[in-house]
Amino acid sequence: MKVIAIPPSLEERSFDSVARALVEAEGERVLFDARPVRWVDPYGMLVLLAAAEVAARAGERPVLQLPTSADVLSYLGRMRFFDHAEELFEMHGTVRRGRGGDGASDVLLEITPIRSYQDIHQVLDRVNGRALAILTSQLHYPPHEGFQFGTMLSEVCQNILEHAQAPGWVATQTYSRIPALDRRVVKIGVVDLGIGFKGSLASAHAARYGDRWGDATALEAAFIHGLTRFHDPGRGQGLKQIRKQVGRWGGKVSIRSGTARIADVPPWDDSPPLEERLPAFPGSQIGIVLPARLERGAAAGEARGVAGATRSGRGGGGRE
Amino acid sequence: MSDGPGHVVPFRFELSSLVERSVASLYSHLVTRPTGQALRLGIESQIGEIGSTCLSVLDFAQVAFVDYSCADETVAKLIQRFLADDRPADAYFVVRGMAEHHREPIDAVLERHGLALVAETEPGTGMLLGVVSEAERAAWSVVERLGRADSTDVAGALGIPVAEAAGLLGSLVRRRIALRGRRNGYHYSLISLLAATS
Repeated sequence: MKVIAIPPSLEERSFDSVARALVEAEGERVLFDARPVRWVDPYGMLVLLAAAEVAARAGERPVLQLPTSADVLSYLGRMRFFDHAEELFEMHGTVRRGRGGDGASDVLLEITPIRSYQDIHQVLDRVNGRALAILTSQLHYPPHEGFQFGTMLSEVCQNILEHAQAPGWVATQTYSRIPALDRRVVKIGVVDLGIGFKGSLASAHAARYGDRWGDATALEAAFIHGLTRFHDPGRGQGLKQIRKQVGRWGGKVSIRSGTARIADVPPWDDSPPLEERLPAFPGSQIGIVLPARLERGAAAGEARGVAGATRSGRGGGGRE
Repeated sequence: MSDGPGHVVPFRFELSSLVERSVASLYSHLVTRPTGQALRLGIESQIGEIGSTCLSVLDFAQVAFVDYSCADETVAKLIQRFLADDRPADAYFVVRGMAEHHREPIDAVLERHGLALVAETEPGTGMLLGVVSEAERAAWSVVERLGRADSTDVAGALGIPVAEAAGLLGSLVRRRIALRGRRNGYHYSLISLLAATS
């Protein structure tokens, strides 16, 4: 059995080590050792579920050794991680089921499968009041921009159904701060195991790129140039508008697909805008970070990143 | 309107309740492309049954969320359908109940397709959305202010030749943001017609 160590902080960038180990497992049964995990965000939770599906393709259900941190377990419960994980993993350790949803004030949207367009309507029903309250009262967005958060969620979930040709998951969570930014943020994770951007665009656009066609060029084509596999000129608006809105809010949006990751990187983050030759992982994984609006005058005093900042909240829960 | 543009049937589509009927769900959000397609087909079908010139109100007042995909289908493709030579009926559209958060997706899809649309901001008052030239906007404003206008009115108000004014009015009619009377040669403000037919 191949043991894959889950990093103490499981999020977008640290997941690459899990993907690399999964590639190296080469069909062996996998044990994901999550005992050291001290913090996980929505993206981290969703890619862990996705990794289980990938590992199971070798034939045997993978094992998940649960985190030892009670805070992390509690947070995973509130996000309803275990509801989905129990089908995918053989779990070792103590499962703590949380109430999630309306009962968990820090959870904006617990892990929600996206299998049909109807699921998107349900996502919006769930976040409607809660998202507006959090975005206006905690992130200080004007009320009409709270509605734009719902629009963005809808578009990013549709990306799964229209381009992945496979189901996926979405989850969002608020944090009082993150290492790169000493401000309240909302994090959104959207993950699928579909055909990825290269697969989605190949039939319509691969030929014109010739030898350069690959995960990175496909991501650039969709993310920067708004290309889709559809010939309808009304298509390709979703990602463009998400980028525009996230940019307006000073946030970050990144997409990993196959072996590449592309991002709109705000000044407070030091990620590269394009990464290639990452360990291969199927489908597409989208991460969005939306920071609180700065009070007037605060922007000038805010340094790029916050040295020594720690994530507040427990186990990634980001509680007040 | 005895001296009006002919028989114009007012038609109001309350989109929030229409989406519930059209997509057979309990949801009232204008999101996803299939939802937009179902709405558009429902609206097209109802307008097609009227068989007369139709002034249709797209009412967003009860709608919480509108996304770009649904706006593309419900607004942009709907307008395109009735701009086409083979349109199922002679229909004009006015948006009502548009909140600030509705405006961005609607404007974005109109711009994407180079379309224009009239929005009622409050009873009797309108604004233009989408792609409109300065000259078209100026001519439209004259028609809106007067309720109805001919090329002489517009030429006088804007200080331009009558032929140029006639061209601008023709453009407003082609783009379905003003309605040309069948008999009297006047061009009618959609907002004024809405008030008159309500």
